[in-house]
Amino acid sequence: MSGGEVGGLRGFGELAGYGSFGGFVRRASQAGELVVQPRMGMSDPEVMRAGLLATKGAGGRTVGTVTLDSYTRVNDLESAELALLEGVSLNGYPIVSHDLETTRRVLDGIYGPDFPVQVRHGSAAPLDIFRALMRVGLDASEGGPISYCLPYGRIPLSQSVENWSRSSDLFSRLREIGREPHLETFGGCMLGQLCPPSQLVAISALEALFFHQHGLRSISASYAQQTHKGQDVEAVFALRRLCAELLPDTDWHVVIYAYMGVYPTTPHGALALLGDAAELAASTGSERLIVKTVAESVRIPTVAENVSALEHAAARAARTERVADDGGDSQVYAEAAAMVSAVLNLDPDVGRAMLLAFQRGYLDIPYCLHPDNQGRTRSYLDGEGRLRWANIGRLPLAGVVEAGESHTVTSSELLGSLSYIRWKFDDEAIAAGPGHALAGGAG
Amino acid sequence: MTPPVEQSEPSASNLPVVAAPNQPAVPRRDATVIVAGGTSDSHTWNLVFLQLLLEELGFDVVNLGPCVPTDLLVSESLARRPALLVVSSVNGHGYQDGIRMIGKVREQAELGSMPAVIGGKLGIAGAQSAEQLAELVSAGYDAVFDDGAEGIASFRRLLDSLPQRVLT
Repeated sequence: MSGGEVGGLRGFGELAGYGSFGGFVRRASQAGELVVQPRMGMSDPEVMRAGLLATKGAGGRTVGTVTLDSYTRVNDLESAELALLEGVSLNGYPIVSHDLETTRRVLDGIYGPDFPVQVRHGSAAPLDIFRALMRVGLDASEGGPISYCLPYGRIPLSQSVENWSRSSDLFSRLREIGREPHLETFGGCMLGQLCPPSQLVAISALEALFFHQHGLRSISASYAQQTHKGQDVEAVFALRRLCAELLPDTDWHVVIYAYMGVYPTTPHGALALLGDAAELAASTGSERLIVKTVAESVRIPTVAENVSALEHAAARAARTERVADDGGDSQVYAEAAAMVSAVLNLDPDVGRAMLLAFQRGYLDIPYCLHPDNQGRTRSYLDGEGRLRWANIGRLPLAGVVEAGESHTVTSSELLGSLSYIRWKFDDEAIAAGPGHALAGGAG
Repeated sequence: MTPPVEQSEPSASNLPVVAAPNQPAVPRRDATVIVAGGTSDSHTWNLVFLQLLLEELGFDVVNLGPCVPTDLLVSESLARRPALLVVSSVNGHGYQDGIRMIGKVREQAELGSMPAVIGGKLGIAGAQSAEQLAELVSAGYDAVFDDGAEGIASFRRLLDSLPQRVLT
């Protein structure tokens, strides 16, 4: 990053003295509480403020979220500004387009040491977003060069790595003025479903290391709940072990995402799935959980639906017992560690190593259509609901994954796998059938 | 969005075409179908499903993936002269995106008679009005398919009716 690019840090730290996001989560964890957090973003500043206030007031230890709109996500600022002029509602808060004072009024008296706020966005070109959130005094965001590029669009991975390098370099400079900026990886999600947990863990750990190489010392690594409880527990323990190995001198934690694939349609099924996510987080000693709501399968949830999801999750976590990691090499750990070390052996710079890894197929997301993804791997659900490799392509897993018979995934099996969790949790909705299988929030 | 990198073979189209288990092997049709997501639509699973379905029915598939820029759609259509173009969209902008996309395709004289269809969740408010369906057709689509089982069934009937250039 050139020194002149940010014009110094004047104006970026006016709210200095606010407790850091990572520090808040650390203190909650030491007190035995899981931090719960919604996904929430509205374009109207008053409505956004009301959403943050309701989150702060919800039962449980909460942090706030400002989710950005999809125009800002793809850097189409003209469309975001036009929508604001015309009073059209967007699907999130356009933090780059709202003026500084407007956003400060949204946060005033809510954001503080007792209530950190994170900006969530989904951009492969996030520099303007980081500039905007730093200007209003915020210090927490999320994403990553792989996870915010491959699943969502056509920006070349090399550009995403470059954009995220510059953004992370800029963001980490908040440390020069006494702040502790926090970044969360989104790599534990990748397409939401059907990526075997070991590769989610590997990408999440690699993105955490990427942030570390760019100067961040407060980092969270994500893992999205998948299809099998036991396999998910293995995955979270594997992620914790890799973070401990890869992130020295760092305040790190693990954040669990409630299921990100095709969501149950019944309130009963949706709450049961959320409850399992809270149990996964609490039982593995994960520090934070991002919830889903009963409205997830049909529309963007209301503030009230988010509040009841936060409270449901917090209550379930509070009555969950910790389970101990037996310390052995689980299958998920063995696969994830093999991928991570193969990638890191490609180049000391983790950004360059990521690019080489996708070129060689050492990382390869099943079913991902991005031109920089080789697309040689396939996955399927076994009889117990575990995610397994149907084809490892060129992943460095020879000798780690059992060489079974190659398993061809058909279109109807794909639909069944995509809908497996919905069907399992929607005991009343089975009759809806596979025609609705793509109706949810997948992909 | 940034223009795509040069891409002669979208990677996922290199997958082997294999018949589904317990089904008779389907003859290869020696015909290519282009599958494309809406210009503003980042969803992938709908496109993956269509690719597998089309491959099982014997077609070669070029899957352009999500967020397909109109220029890429035109250049790929010109280069590959597919037996069918399938635009699929589920983010609620399929109507607007779909009209813009087919307009640019039909501007090319060589692509005037290429069969082209659109399907998915095309609006934000559920099913489209008859008027909007008619607009999609008059903009240049040969058929419009609803989300759901009936949409898939009628899409398969259309595939069966496509001229089969060479049967091997």
